[in-house]
Amino acid sequence: MRNIFLFIRRYFTFLTFLALQAVALWFLFNYNRYHRARFLGVANEITGRINSQYNKVEDYFTLREENRRLHRFNDSLLNLLPANFRQRDTSAYLVSDSFRLDTTVLYRQYVFRDATVVYNTVNFQKNYLQLNRGSRQGVRDNMAVLSSDGKAVGVVVNVSDNYCQVMSLLHIQNTVSATLKGSGELGTVEWDGKDPRYLLLRKLPKTIEVQTGDTIVTSPYSYNIPPGYMIGTVADISIDNTSGFYVLRIRTAANFYKLQQVHIVENLERGEQVALFEETRRRIEESKRPQR
Amino acid sequence: MSDLLRNIIRLVIFIAVQVYVLNKIPHLHRFITPYLYYLFILWLPFSIPRMGLLLTGFVAGLSLDYFMQTPGLHAAACVLVAYVRPFVISVLTPKDTTGFTYREPSPRAMGWTPYLVYALVLSLLHHGYMVFLQWLEFGTILDFLVKVVATTGISLLLILTVELLFPRRLKFRTNIS
Repeated sequence: MRNIFLFIRRYFTFLTFLALQAVALWFLFNYNRYHRARFLGVANEITGRINSQYNKVEDYFTLREENRRLHRFNDSLLNLLPANFRQRDTSAYLVSDSFRLDTTVLYRQYVFRDATVVYNTVNFQKNYLQLNRGSRQGVRDNMAVLSSDGKAVGVVVNVSDNYCQVMSLLHIQNTVSATLKGSGELGTVEWDGKDPRYLLLRKLPKTIEVQTGDTIVTSPYSYNIPPGYMIGTVADISIDNTSGFYVLRIRTAANFYKLQQVHIVENLERGEQVALFEETRRRIEESKRPQR
Repeated sequence: MSDLLRNIIRLVIFIAVQVYVLNKIPHLHRFITPYLYYLFILWLPFSIPRMGLLLTGFVAGLSLDYFMQTPGLHAAACVLVAYVRPFVISVLTPKDTTGFTYREPSPRAMGWTPYLVYALVLSLLHHGYMVFLQWLEFGTILDFLVKVVATTGISLLLILTVELLFPRRLKFRTNIS
């Protein structure tokens, strides 16, 4: 027993070193896998406060571009107004049938919330954004984030009371399912951690015709991200000979250097969709087990 | 100003510069990420007890981690730097303490060459360990080596710039204080 105490006293510094290393590595691996770590919520609140103070100053430098982006987006929305469209023949008029069953009434699937980016990086392999909306404003994990002109930016991974953390598309763990606009072929958008201006699109079969400049949009099969929002345009085409799939370099549509205002998009049906998916998987897995 | 207050202010400044200046500069290259904040640990006084050094390193790393959403990554690297620092200092400084009267490591206190060696060794350790932890998840061995060398290079450049731009007011260790 005495020897143990002597040992501990002799190597106390080294043991502390090991303990601190263990704590740090535990934080790190826990975070890499589940995006959770001790005190992260509290820390998020504190860093959020500081970042939003800093952001008040920083915002002035991107105002011009943000203004232009917003104006363009408003313009495209104005073009969609029903008042823009007239009927040519005045003698014909539309009869709207009043026969409306409850089941045919439109329902809302996506809700948009506004938010401001308070911190954002592009220099690392794992880039996160911090937004000034949190669980008190109704933000939850797995909500999509679009830039102010409706381009895909990322997915919420962590929420504290008043702030949330978003995994940017520029994150090596990020995978977003995407489609080629027009033909609607599915692929997966990833990032190789090299250049923040370009993403990679994989798993697109090489039988399809692709040209540089083609538009890549978010797919209708994602539970998180609403369909049809632009991710980027094809910049460079190459074929992976081992798998027979394209590897396309995608120039990002959102300007990740100058993100300022964003939209958080909630999928109201997500809970049901995920539950159904889990249920299906559970049933199939169970039926595979040997029956006794 | 007491050492404690001075170092707390330094920590705040270093973290702020790292978070709001160095992390925000436009993308240079995928191998080059400028790091400077760990100079805080290099500048801690000679007299700090080793336990205190370890804990300070942990706190410094973790506070940066919470800003950058990498809990534990920089903390692990900083704890390593804080653990190795006394060994490097004892190797690089003369054994007779009579000619060695400064409070904290600086080019004036140690001489330029030993100081740069000191900064180089600890930078290499910091970046080596940090990039290694990132590399466990993603990347090739060549990525790892090039990134360590490139990041150490840019960090040393930054440290050199800081030492030349902000020469610290020399503080002698006296009997009074």
